[in-house]
Amino acid sequence: MKRIVTFVFSLVIVAGLQAQESDVQHRLPSIDLTTIYGEPFNTSAIENDGNPVIISFWALWCKPCIKELNTIAEVYDEWVEETGVTLYAVSVDDSRSSAKVGPTANGNGWEFEILLDKNQEFKKAMNVNMIPHTFLLDGKGNIVWQHTSFSEGSELELIEKVRKVASGEKPDNTH
Amino acid sequence: MSARIIIITALLLLFNSSFLSAQNPLSGGQIHGSFQTDMQYYANDNILGMNDSSLAGKRVGMNGFLDLLYTNHDFTAGLRYEAYLLPMLGFEPQHEGQGIPYYFVKYQKDWIEVTAGNFYEQFGNGLILRTYQEWNLGYDNSLNGLRVKLNPAPGVTIKGVVGSQRYYWEKFSDGNRGIVRGADGEFYLNDIFPFLKEKQTQIILGGSMVSKYEKLTTKTTLINDSIFQYKLPRNVAAFAGRLNISHRGINFLTEYAYKMNNPSQYNNFIYRPGQALFSTLSYSQKGLGIILAAKRIDNMSFKSKMTEDANVLDINFIPPLTKAHHYSLANMYPYATQLNGEYAFEGDVVYTLPKKSALGGKYGMNIALNSAFVFDIDKQPVAEGIAIGQSGTYGYTSDFPAPGGTLFFREFSVKVSKKFTKDLKGVFIYLNQVYDKDIIEGHHNEYGKIYSHIGVADITYKLSSLHSLRLEAQTLFTRQDKGNWASMGLEYTIAPKYFISVADEYNYGNTDPGSRTHYFNVAAGYLLNTTRIAVAYGRQREGIVCVGGVCRQVPASSGLSIAITSSF
Repeated sequence: MKRIVTFVFSLVIVAGLQAQESDVQHRLPSIDLTTIYGEPFNTSAIENDGNPVIISFWALWCKPCIKELNTIAEVYDEWVEETGVTLYAVSVDDSRSSAKVGPTANGNGWEFEILLDKNQEFKKAMNVNMIPHTFLLDGKGNIVWQHTSFSEGSELELIEKVRKVASGEKPDNTH
Repeated sequence: MSARIIIITALLLLFNSSFLSAQNPLSGGQIHGSFQTDMQYYANDNILGMNDSSLAGKRVGMNGFLDLLYTNHDFTAGLRYEAYLLPMLGFEPQHEGQGIPYYFVKYQKDWIEVTAGNFYEQFGNGLILRTYQEWNLGYDNSLNGLRVKLNPAPGVTIKGVVGSQRYYWEKFSDGNRGIVRGADGEFYLNDIFPFLKEKQTQIILGGSMVSKYEKLTTKTTLINDSIFQYKLPRNVAAFAGRLNISHRGINFLTEYAYKMNNPSQYNNFIYRPGQALFSTLSYSQKGLGIILAAKRIDNMSFKSKMTEDANVLDINFIPPLTKAHHYSLANMYPYATQLNGEYAFEGDVVYTLPKKSALGGKYGMNIALNSAFVFDIDKQPVAEGIAIGQSGTYGYTSDFPAPGGTLFFREFSVKVSKKFTKDLKGVFIYLNQVYDKDIIEGHHNEYGKIYSHIGVADITYKLSSLHSLRLEAQTLFTRQDKGNWASMGLEYTIAPKYFISVADEYNYGNTDPGSRTHYFNVAAGYLLNTTRIAVAYGRQREGIVCVGGVCRQVPASSGLSIAITSSF
C-alpha cells in the first residue's frame, strides 16, 4: 500500500515540477473561514481592488504575533495611504480563545480585517508551520513573498516589499 | 481499504483527465510544502539525574516531518512523511517509527467538496467532533476515511464524515479502535431569509451528530465477590446544537452537547450520559473589548477506543477556559480541562488608553485583565452504599446548576503594555494563581493546592531601526511544590535575520538546597524568509507544554538542540 502511495505521489511530484516550470502563479486556496461574528467567509473573497494584500497568521497565545500586529497597527494608516495595502489577520485560535479574538483585536484598536481559522484548515493549506507567518499578494492575487517569525524592525522589510509590489515590481526573494 | 482505493482511483482520474483535456499534462499544477526537524543531543547531567544508564543509549532524539501539497485547479492531493527516530524526550515511545501516516485527495468544485484519505474536521466548537494536529505535542487524531462538504444554497453548509482515527503507527483493524461517523449542518440565516439580508443582527444556527462504532470487548468486574459482566454499547451517539447571534459590537455564542452512555477507561466505566454547555458573550468597540465565558462539562471524554485513556483517539475537544500565557513561569502551572466534570467561568477586559491622554501618555497604553475560576460539578451517589463513580453503575447524579465543592483552579491577572518613548516599550504582568496539582495532573494527595504570585517585566529597547535588545525578568513566589523561582533572559535581534539569547531560570526557593537548580540556556538563530534555523544549548526545566486542550509533560534535560523549519 505504502509503495503505491509513494509511487503515485512521485508521479504527481514529477508532473507538478514540470508544471512549475511554466508560468503558473501561486494563488490562494479556497477555504471557508468565518468573520469574528461567525459569518462565513471564503478565502477566495480576499482581494483589494488591484492593490497588494498582506495575510498574517497569528493567535492570541503567540507573543511575537501580537507584537507584529501591534507594531503594524501603529503605522497601518500610513501604509494604507501610501500603498493601498490591506491586511487580513487570520487567527488560528481554537475554540478555547476564538471568541476572544474579535474583542481583543478591537480592544487593541487594530483596524485591519480579522478572520478566524478555528481548525487551522487555511493554515495547513498555506503550508504554514510556525506563526507568525506573513504572505504578500500582488494586486492580481498571486502570492509573491512570504516570511515567518517577527522581531522588532521586521515590519520595515515587509513594507519595503509592499512598496515594490504596489509599484508593479517583483519583490526580491533572495534576502 | 476503500478510502485508499478511492484515493488511487482519484489520482489516476486526475492524470487521465489532464492528459486528455490539455496539451500540457497537469498544466496549472503546483507543489508546496513545509518541513521541520528538531534534534536533541542529551548530555549527562548529575543534577538532573541524567547519565548513561538513565539514557540507556538514547543520546539523540529527532522528530521531523515533510508536508507536501499538490494543487491543480479543483484537485488537491497531500501527504505528510513523519519520522520520530528516536522520539525526543517527553514523547510517548509509541511515536517511534517513520512513514506516511497522512495522505489525502480532495476535489472541490462549486458547491461540493469531497476528501478521501486523512482529514481534519471540526463541528461547531468541537464539543462532539474535532480532529486536528499539533506537531509540537505529537498530537494527531486525524480521521482516515471520507469527508463530504456541500453548500447547496447560500448560507447553508452540510458536512458528513466517516473514518477511523490515527493511533500512532498502528494500522486500522476491526477491534483495535472504533469507526467514527458524523454530520453537521450550519445555517447562516441572513443569507437564507431575504428579510434578514441587510440587517445588522446576524444569526447562525448549527447542529451536529456523531456516532462511534466499536467492536465489543468483554469486561468483567468484581463487586462483593460476585463477577459481573459489562454490557458495553457497540454504538455511542452524541448530539450538539449551537447558536451565534451578533448585533453591532455584541456577540453571543452558545453550544450544548449530549453524549449517550459511553462507559470507558477514562470515566471508570460508568454508564452516565455526558453533557457539555459552552457559552461566550462579548462586547467590543474600538479600544475596548469585554468577554465573558462559561462552561459546564459532565463526563465528556469521547474516544474511539473505550479502553484507551492517554492523549490519543479523542473524537471531541473540550476547550479549557483559562488564558494561555506567553511567559514561562506563568505557564509553570497550566490548567487542563477535566473531562469527567468541571464548571468554569472566565472574564477578560482589554482596554486601550488613547494616545495623548493623561494616563495613556504620548503613545497610549494597553491594559488587559483576566480572571478564571474552575471547580468541580455537583456529584452525589446514585444509591446508598455505592461510591461516586463506581464502575458499572450510573456513576453519580448531578444537579445541573449546582457547583461542586472543590476548587480546581483560579487565576487573576493584570497586564499593562506601554510604549514609553519611540525606542523603549514594556509589558508588565501580575498573576495570582491557585492550582490543584493533584486533580489537574492526576496525583493522589501528594501536592495539594499550589498558591502562587507571578510577576513579569518584558522590556524592549530599540538600538536602531533593525537592532533591538529585550530583557525579560520573571518571578514566581509559592510556599508549595518547588518553592520560589526567578528567571532572567536577554535577547538581541537583528531584524529580520538573526537572534541570539541567553536565559537562566533559577529555583532558588526549593526547600531542598540540593535542588536549587539553575536552568541556563543559550540560543541563536538565523532566518531567511520562511526558513529558520535555531541552535540552543543548556538545561531545560521539566514542565507541561500545552497547546489548546492538550498538554504534554516534558522531562528536564540537558544538552544541545537544533531546529530547522521551512515552508515553500
